[in-house]
Amino acid sequence: MSAMIECEGVSKAFGGVIANNEITLEVPEGRITGLIGPNGSGKTTLFNSIVGYHPIDAGSIKFEGREISDLRVQQIARLGLLRTFQQTRIYSKMNCVDNMLISVPHRTQTYRAMFSKYPPEVTERAEDLLEFVGLYEKRFLISGNLSFGQQKLLEFAMALMNEPKLLLLDEPTAGINPTLINGLIDRLRRATSELGVTLFVIEHNMPVIMGLADNIYCLANGRLLAHGPPEKIQNDQRVINAYLGAHYYLDSD
Amino acid sequence: MNTRLRRTLPFAGLVFAGIAAPFLFPDYTFQFTVLWVMILFALTWDILGGQMGYNSLGNIAFFGVGMYICAVVQIGLYYDVAQYTASYGAVKVEFTADQYFTGLAVGLIAAGLGAMVFSVILGWVVFGLRGPYFAIGTLGVALSAGELTGAWDYVGGGGGIALPIYPGEPDDRSLFFYVLSFTLTIILFFLLRWIYLGRFGLAANAIRDDEEKAEGMGIHTMRYKTVGWAIAAFFLGISGALFGNMIGFIEPLEVAFPTVTFGLFMVVMCLLGGRGTLWGPVIGATLFHTFKEVTWIYLLGWQWVALGALIVVSVVFFQQGIVGWVKEKWPEKFGIAVDDRALAETDPDLDEAPSQRLRRQTEAAQ
Repeated sequence: MSAMIECEGVSKAFGGVIANNEITLEVPEGRITGLIGPNGSGKTTLFNSIVGYHPIDAGSIKFEGREISDLRVQQIARLGLLRTFQQTRIYSKMNCVDNMLISVPHRTQTYRAMFSKYPPEVTERAEDLLEFVGLYEKRFLISGNLSFGQQKLLEFAMALMNEPKLLLLDEPTAGINPTLINGLIDRLRRATSELGVTLFVIEHNMPVIMGLADNIYCLANGRLLAHGPPEKIQNDQRVINAYLGAHYYLDSD
Repeated sequence: MNTRLRRTLPFAGLVFAGIAAPFLFPDYTFQFTVLWVMILFALTWDILGGQMGYNSLGNIAFFGVGMYICAVVQIGLYYDVAQYTASYGAVKVEFTADQYFTGLAVGLIAAGLGAMVFSVILGWVVFGLRGPYFAIGTLGVALSAGELTGAWDYVGGGGGIALPIYPGEPDDRSLFFYVLSFTLTIILFFLLRWIYLGRFGLAANAIRDDEEKAEGMGIHTMRYKTVGWAIAAFFLGISGALFGNMIGFIEPLEVAFPTVTFGLFMVVMCLLGGRGTLWGPVIGATLFHTFKEVTWIYLLGWQWVALGALIVVSVVFFQQGIVGWVKEKWPEKFGIAVDDRALAETDPDLDEAPSQRLRRQTEAAQ
């Protein structure tokens, strides 16, 4: 089992706010890794740093052993490292199938391919993936008219369409109703087990992430607080303090 | 009537109307020629403005650049351009028929390619701008292109250039330019129809809806923008060359770089017909041009007011344009509907079938 992402001492500050302070972590291949932490602890900043959304101040980020901290967003995406957004982002005036079709991998696209049509197997894969997330019947609807939860599922399906090696998911279950959440978790697991996509997931829903991830990192105030399997994190006093506030724990004790 | 026939019918109708028009109404050939140029304006503007959401106010620059390149080539092939322009048409220079057609053919191609190169260089500079900044930046380019040309003596400065005279009858001449304009616009129309159906169309719409997301998904956004603009510039350049020759005399501000007339008309025509659709620009341009010509004849003195009113009404009450409105009113006609059949056929083992196929595909791909 090799590490897909290796962050080494990654720091990022916005003015006086140190969002990430020397974070070192690893995302192993073929697994689901979780990233938790209170609001403002620097989780999304770390995601943004990894996908090249902004330059980092110090440290190194390696993807499959290759330094990517100096690459731009599109180049990193073409390597097979993709992210979804906390505020769902889809192409809202296009229908679901078109959203899927344009999400095909662009790794080796030539100028000629810009003017080509999609072969039937690509359309078929798009429809299969839409069925995978349960949107097949709505595939011809304008995606912006779907409910928020459905848009999230669509964004997830679009990411899978891109055949990424690694997918960073920023709060995949936020805003989704409890029934759908179970379906989504099932899809996430199967994306890893059946489609071979490594996942790195930010999540606030503790039962979800504890059940989903093999391995969890916890951030607080821009620093790495704890790291380990779910059971260990669950019982880690520092994590409980960070999430609930130390006084809360003391009061109830 | 089967669907295939029903789908081809509008396209056949457009081509047929184009062929029949100068024979049915020979007196209006010049008007029809301008109409095709207007349709071309709207179609080219819509590539970036409608499909990609990049509202350029300076596309008219490619029209003017093409016009001047063609003129210089036409003259330069046989005479010294500086000498020719310095005389301001006072010296009568005769071009033989052979010289005229050779010069025009070479000039048209040079105009298209020259405008295209200009657009690629310009795109490299202005595609960093977004939203209103892009609009104003491109507007500045078009305005300054006109002013700069006016100050350039080699191409006649503000005095302009008298172009070689068509060697033949006036009726033949107008038909000649009609055929060229019509052919050019129809080629563009079918080219756009073809590329909008494929990956280009989807990528353009993706850039329009959320460019940051498109970048995040690895789409070569810069490449699509550059190529889209280059196509627009190529056709605008050739149309400028044709238009200049049809008018016979070109000068920078009113004919070659008419930023506040043609330059804005192309935007208005797209908005009126429905931006981001294939037929919207065609319908918008036809209506706009007809309206404009009718008011110029029957409402003379108030024609600009009438035109302004049309623009205000279309922008305030009809933002999605005619085609956009129809699409919104009858979405199911455009296939925007829940797939009832699939919903009814949903088999209880929903998850198994597609995922097995997916896994097979993934294994095959590896």
